[in-house]
Amino acid sequence: MAKLTMAKALNLALAQEMERDKSVYVMGEDVGRDGGVFRITEGLIDRFGEVRVMDTPLAESAIVGVGIGMAVAGLKPICEIQFSGFSYMGIDQLESHAARMRWRSRGRWSVPMVVRAPYGGGVRALEHHSESKEVFYAHTPGLKMVIPSGPRNARALLVSAIRDPDPVVFFEPKAIYRAFREEVPDEEETLPLGKARIVREGGDITLVAYGAMLRPTLEAAEQLAGDGIDPEVIDLLTISPMDDETIAASVRKNGRVVIVHEAQRSFGAGAEIFARLNEKAFWYLEAPMERVTGYDVIVPFFAREKAYLPDAERIVHAARRALQ
Amino acid sequence: MNAADKKRLLREMLYARRFEERCYEAYVERKIGGFLHLYPGQEACVHGVMEAAKPGHDYVITGYRDHVHAIQCGADPKKVMAELYGKETGSSKGRGGSMHIFDVEHRFMGGYALVGGPFPLAAGIGKAIKLQGGDEISICFLGDAANNQGSFHESLNMAAVWELPVLFVCENNLYGIGTRIERSTAVQEQYKRACGYGIEAARVDGQDIETVYEAALKAVDYVRSGKGPYFLELSTYRYRGHSMSDAGAYRTKEEQQEWIKRDPINLFKERLIEAGELSEEDFQSLDKEIIEQIDRDVIPFAEESPEPKLEELEKYVLAENDPWVKGGAQ
Repeated sequence: MAKLTMAKALNLALAQEMERDKSVYVMGEDVGRDGGVFRITEGLIDRFGEVRVMDTPLAESAIVGVGIGMAVAGLKPICEIQFSGFSYMGIDQLESHAARMRWRSRGRWSVPMVVRAPYGGGVRALEHHSESKEVFYAHTPGLKMVIPSGPRNARALLVSAIRDPDPVVFFEPKAIYRAFREEVPDEEETLPLGKARIVREGGDITLVAYGAMLRPTLEAAEQLAGDGIDPEVIDLLTISPMDDETIAASVRKNGRVVIVHEAQRSFGAGAEIFARLNEKAFWYLEAPMERVTGYDVIVPFFAREKAYLPDAERIVHAARRALQ
Repeated sequence: MNAADKKRLLREMLYARRFEERCYEAYVERKIGGFLHLYPGQEACVHGVMEAAKPGHDYVITGYRDHVHAIQCGADPKKVMAELYGKETGSSKGRGGSMHIFDVEHRFMGGYALVGGPFPLAAGIGKAIKLQGGDEISICFLGDAANNQGSFHESLNMAAVWELPVLFVCENNLYGIGTRIERSTAVQEQYKRACGYGIEAARVDGQDIETVYEAALKAVDYVRSGKGPYFLELSTYRYRGHSMSDAGAYRTKEEQQEWIKRDPINLFKERLIEAGELSEEDFQSLDKEIIEQIDRDVIPFAEESPEPKLEELEKYVLAENDPWVKGGAQ
């Protein structure tokens, strides 16, 4: 057991899975000698060599596409895209091929690959370097979309993603790569994909968040608790397939809900959760469902990044409205 | 080029160098956010090519290492610096930052963060010029690593088939972030790749501005005369890391020293001194004057300018503001 940052915890997951399974390969721009732009693959090339840790040309479409080919032919590639905003050139390959291979081959072929990418705000950048387009992937049947929220679950979920028989897009909230440490067990640990986690139990209102937004959501929960309100906080962990049953059970109990994400508001994960709660918890609602999200704008430059990203204040505000 | 042009060019290169060094300082002071990719070492490329082209008339598009390209097209350095600071007075009203400088009036069509992204846009601009019968050309400056993107191949093919007035300038600085060209690219002489599309191409020393200028004159004439696209490869080197977060552990001090020996500003300066067109004292006072000017005009303008208004966060998404943009009920 060691106290690790999320960056180190992800590195541990990669190293242990490469050790355990010789068919696991890491590939991407600068992942080898440079150790990756965020140093997530640091040291892997020394330990596993250039054959299994591959610096690729700058070509996202081919990085993802070659990964699919490798996966179909029996290997388990882990493709790193330097920023999630650079993955759009690879979307064609994911949407057109990775997501459909099992279906097209009627279950004979699968694509056991992982596409890892740092996503979200928090580095004072903008646009491609800060955005959250998880729903691009969540909208596509045949892909799994996973977003951890801290060192320990990041490690466990990445291990599960690598072992999963289907293609997983794994977004890492770059804002918290090194923001805090957690105890991470040395021995292997997995978490089931498609399962949300109740982080804080409470009987007054349900707050749902994922990724870097979990922290301000927990902060908001503490503030509300200070005023005698008892929030339940759910960490989604997998965006798709979504564990709507855990959310619905909580909302059936509490009758009030706030969804938090930093992605733009329209057609976001929050909208999907609303729809599912409408189906599964409507008669238990005591107030309109609330969501606190990014705005429907291009993610702005650093001067206005704070205004764009949801924070505890906005979450508390929405919760109070739901509690009225 | 006459002696006056040469001195002006030397001044412009030196200005670019000092401007970038000042960006470095401002970034370290956390006044510039996001990512910052600096140009020192490569000055002869953009200065040599733009000297042969018509800045402000010809369209220019490039990647994220774009400040100097914008300035060389005619963008006001004050507005470029304000843009890096994320201020309302910036060339993109503080919305774009370092990697997304735009200057519509001077036909600087943008810096782009995504590597290889501008290739098709450059071809499209060339197509529009051709369809509308103008005498402008479209100039696309990108690095060597961008040529490994699919967009390079798709765009070069289309530009060749349609004989578009596009000058592709490849600033080959040998590295895509930390990966050296031998490890990423099957054919290292980039101009040869253009030959695969039947595009006229040349490769010259990108450290010597006069060489770049001569090659660019030929290339620009070729493209402007309607013969189709041209591909000009310039061998160069960046002194700084890929971005500010790059420690540069992937290359040796010796290699860097070798390139610094052929510094484009020094090379040109020595040549002018040898020709009796400049003295060391002239150069020193020029340098001093540039540094003072940046400190006096450029930096205070960026520092004192206001930040973009909070209530305008939603502006410029669509022509008419989408009622959803403000986040509905929030």
